[in-house]
Amino acid sequence: MENQDQVLLSIDHMKKSFGDLEVIRDFSLHVKKGEVVSIIGPSGSGKSTILRCATMLEWMDDGSLSYLGEYAAKSENGKSVYQPKSELKKLHRHFGLVFQNFNLFPHYSVLKNVCEPQMLTGGADKETAEKNARSLLARLGLAEKADAYPFQLSGGQQQRVSIARALALSPDILFFDEPTSALDPELTGEVLKVIRSLADEHMTMVIVTHEMQFAKELSDRIIFMEKGVVAAEGTPEEVFSSDNARVREFIGAIGAG
Amino acid sequence: MNIQTMLLQLGGGMMVTVEIFVLTLLFSLPLGLLVSFGRMSKNGIVRTISKVYISIMRGTPLMLQLLVVYFGPYYLFGMKISAGYRMTAVIIGFVLNYAAYFAEIYRAGIESIPVGQYEAAKVLGYSQAQTFFRIIFPQVVKRVLPPVTNEVITLVKDTSLAFALAVAEMFTMAKQVASAQTTVMPLMVAGLFYYIFNLLVAFVMESIEKKLAYYR
Repeated sequence: MENQDQVLLSIDHMKKSFGDLEVIRDFSLHVKKGEVVSIIGPSGSGKSTILRCATMLEWMDDGSLSYLGEYAAKSENGKSVYQPKSELKKLHRHFGLVFQNFNLFPHYSVLKNVCEPQMLTGGADKETAEKNARSLLARLGLAEKADAYPFQLSGGQQQRVSIARALALSPDILFFDEPTSALDPELTGEVLKVIRSLADEHMTMVIVTHEMQFAKELSDRIIFMEKGVVAAEGTPEEVFSSDNARVREFIGAIGAG
Repeated sequence: MNIQTMLLQLGGGMMVTVEIFVLTLLFSLPLGLLVSFGRMSKNGIVRTISKVYISIMRGTPLMLQLLVVYFGPYYLFGMKISAGYRMTAVIIGFVLNYAAYFAEIYRAGIESIPVGQYEAAKVLGYSQAQTFFRIIFPQVVKRVLPPVTNEVITLVKDTSLAFALAVAEMFTMAKQVASAQTTVMPLMVAGLFYYIFNLLVAFVMESIEKKLAYYR
């Protein structure tokens, strides 16, 4: 199981529409253990929908999805057929998701935000959960904030708490949905620093982001999405020197080319 | 008749008023939550039934509803109505009526919680019940306290409608004593009683709000 080439996440031929709007036309992604994959592209290109389908907040129309070889959904006759809910629930332990808007539980202290999921779904006892939470918070520079409530924290601190909350369940793969889009540049830096440190520890991550420079220096692979399809894919060097006019235009506009 | 005897007579009515108040809240607050679930159900039949129920309860006089609950069993099923059923009918009528109002308040509260809260809980592996009772409901309680306080204060005053079924609550007693003794004094005392009762209600609700002010 400790194979470096182990594929943690497989998405094959994902399709997703909302009404008449085709958001994802045909998308495949295979993420190996320790890989950092960034998904970039203009608004409305389907980036976030990919994460929402991968984390089962939305169901795909067609395509298959599996974690560590265990299927959540298989494509049958042009339709995704999902496993029963009880099976899907077991797959949840493989991944974590960090939201753009943090979505911390406002009525819980920072410590409880990080502890309760471990106790409810991770099967940890109170002591273990608290020890784990405190060490994670310390690692993310939030040791003194354990007893604070989310509204007392800056956006950057809230986002770091939400990263701690996701990490506390020891996911195999961590998804980030525009983790810095709700933050000002100064606070963005402190969150990117945390993500960078996770990359240094070979955490497997899939990151939807608008931070081009960050994606460039951190990612093993970059996927450029446009209108529901992959417009370019490859190493950062490959994508950033792509001949694709749309990719060049976008990267030029962002000013990170 | 001296003030002492008058207060003694009114005192019995006060106890009945408090009894109606407490029992109504005890049953209508949870029933309202059930009705709000029905109102938001994915099942169209359940949703329609809940909507019609709320509509009737809010659209007709509570006094009429009390009469229907009391006399209904006789007219519909030919059941014999005992005098002891009076108080029960009052409680049933009040509970059914207030549950409808509470249901809409809960619904407003539940629908005001950002969808991100559900999504975060789901991704973290919370079950639907865990999500509702640990994450959603506590936040709903905080948000619905002001409108619930309004309803509770109205309930204190509405208890006087129990006279429709000849249940001797506070105001019924006050009117009886007032007409027997030809003095408005008992009515003034009754008014004072309702006012103090509601001061107490407002005080209790305010302290609960303060208790929940630890987060935003």
